Amino acid sequence: MSLTKKQVRQIATLARLQLEEDELHDVVDKLSKIVGFVDQLQAASTDDVSPMAHPLHMSQTLRPDEVTESNERDLIQENAPSVQDGYYVVPKVIE
Amino acid sequence: MVRGDDTLHRQTLAELAQGLSAGEFTSRELTEILLRRIESHQESYNAFITITADIALQQADKADKARANGGGGYLNGLPIVHKDLFCTKGVLTTCGSRMLQNFVSPYDATVVEKMASAGAVMLGKTNMDEFAMGSSNEASHFGPVMNPWNTKLSPGGSSGGSAAAVAGRLVPVATGTDTGGSIRQPAAMTGTTGIKPTYGRVSRFGMVAFASSLDQGGVIARSAEDAAMVLEVISGHDHRDSTSIEHPVPRYVDALSRGIKGLKVGIVRQHFDQGLDESCADAINLALNTLSESGAKIVEVDLPHIDLSVPAYYVVAPAECSSNLSRFDGVRFGHRAEKPQDLHDLYCRTRGEAFGAEVKRRIMTGTYVLSAGYYDAYYLKAQKVRQLISQDFVNAFSEVDLIAGPTAPTTAFALGEKTDDPINMYLNDIYTIGANLSGLPGISIPCGLVGGLPVGLQLVGPHFEEETILACAHQYQQLTDWHRLEPGAAS
Repeated sequence: MSLTKKQVRQIATLARLQLEEDELHDVVDKLSKIVGFVDQLQAASTDDVSPMAHPLHMSQTLRPDEVTESNERDLIQENAPSVQDGYYVVPKVIE
Repeated sequence: MVRGDDTLHRQTLAELAQGLSAGEFTSRELTEILLRRIESHQESYNAFITITADIALQQADKADKARANGGGGYLNGLPIVHKDLFCTKGVLTTCGSRMLQNFVSPYDATVVEKMASAGAVMLGKTNMDEFAMGSSNEASHFGPVMNPWNTKLSPGGSSGGSAAAVAGRLVPVATGTDTGGSIRQPAAMTGTTGIKPTYGRVSRFGMVAFASSLDQGGVIARSAEDAAMVLEVISGHDHRDSTSIEHPVPRYVDALSRGIKGLKVGIVRQHFDQGLDESCADAINLALNTLSESGAKIVEVDLPHIDLSVPAYYVVAPAECSSNLSRFDGVRFGHRAEKPQDLHDLYCRTRGEAFGAEVKRRIMTGTYVLSAGYYDAYYLKAQKVRQLISQDFVNAFSEVDLIAGPTAPTTAFALGEKTDDPINMYLNDIYTIGANLSGLPGISIPCGLVGGLPVGLQLVGPHFEEETILACAHQYQQLTDWHRLEPGAAS
C-alpha cells in the first residue's frame, strides 16, 4: 500500500501539522510502510466479533456532583503563550 | 564520610529502608550521595531531563525529621525518580518534547503525590522518547539516553531514562509508563526489573496521555521486592481518573514468599518462532528450566491471534494519540509559533515545529485510520482483532497461572541502528504489546547475559494478578543472581 504525496498533504492538514517540503518524501515513504504493515489485519476473520474499546469490561463509577476544584486561572495561565485580562489571545478569527 | 558511602548506591530499596530505620545513615546523606552520582553520570547517560536537587534535599530533611519523631511514611526518606511525563507541581514536565520544554505543571500527578505522601524523596525527572512514542529513547527532544551496559547502545524505550538511572545505580527505583512495552522492554535491555500492572491499577491522573486505553504507570527497580514496595504505594482507585479501578490493593510484599511449586506456567509457541535471537532463546529456556526445577509446571498454550498484536496496536495507539495530542494547539500551554497569519497557520506551524518526526508519523497514522472511508477498514477492524487477542489470553489463563517468555527479540541494539525503519523499531515490542491490548499485568526480569548484555524474561498474568507475577519473579530472583549484575560501565 503506497500513499501519494497528495494524500499525505491532506492527512497533515486534517492533523493540523505543517510539513516542510524536504520532510514530505520521508513521511510519504514511512507512512506507506506503516499502512502497508497494518494492512495485514485485513486477513483476520472478524465476523461476529464485537469491537473492543476498553481493556476491562467495566462500568464507569459515578461521584456526587460537588464542586471540588478551586479556580486557579492565574496559576494555570502562567503556562499560556499569550494572555490578556485572564483571556487567551489568538489571531483574529472573524473579520 | 558516611559509613557505606561507597556502596549505598548499590543497595536495593529494601536494603536502604533497613539502613535508614537502623539509623546507619540519614536520608539527607543518602540523597546527597545519589545526587552526586546523578550529576557525575549525566553526560555519559543523559538519563535525566531535570535534576531536582533542592526539592530532594528538602524532602530528605523532612523525612529525617519525621523519623526522628517516630513517624514517616512507608517509603520514608527513600529515593525515587519520575519519568518526565508525570506532572510535578512547580517542576518542568516536558514529556521529552519541544512542545512542552517550558511547561511547569500546576499540579502533581496522583503517582507523584502518593510517592511524596509515603515520604519518598524525588531526585529528578527522567529522559524518555517524546510523548512516550518510541522503543529506543532516540526520539527525545533532549537527546538519546545511553545504556549503562555500553554507552554506544540504546537503553530501550520509552522509559529509557528511568531504566538507565536504575541500571546505572543512580537511583534504586524509578517510575515509568507502559503503553506497548515502554517499561518492560527498557527493563530487559538494561538488566532491571520492570512491572506494568493491570490497566486501571495505577491512576493516570497527571500522566500525560498518549493512548488512553493502553497507558499504564508502573515501576522500574532492581528487584521484584523493590518493585512490589513501590507498586503498593502508587496503586489504587482515584476519583480523578474514571478508568482507575475500585479493587483493593493487596500488600504486594506479603505475596512474595509464595512458592513456585505447582505454579502452572504457560509458554507460547509463537514467542519462540522466527524473530527471536537464538542465544536469547537459550537464556529464556534456561530460565524456564529453573522455574520447572523449582516445581513449576511448564505447559504450552495457544494464542492464535498474537501475531496480529503489533499491527492492531499500530492502529489503535496512533488513533488514540492523534486524538489526545490535538490538545497541543499553541493557545493554552506549550510551544507557540511566532507571528501566525491566522488560527489555522498558528495550529499547523506550532505543531509542525514542536513535534518530532516519530510523533508526527503517529499522529498522521492515527488521523488516517480514523478518517472517513478508512475508519471501518482500519480502526474498527483493529478493535475487533484486539477483542480476539484478549479472548485468546482469557482462554489461556483458564489453563495456566501465568505466561512466560522473552520480553524483547534481542539484547540492546546500537543507537542509530533502527531509526530509519519504523517497522523494525515497532517489532521490538512484539512480545509486550499483547498485555497492553488486553490490559494484563506484566513484568520483565533479568535472566541471563548474551554477549555481555542482559536478557529479559517476561511474565504476564491475568487481570489483577500482580501478586502472582511478582511472587514468581521474586522466587526466581532468590534462585539466581542475574538481577544483581551491574553494568561494567557503572563505576
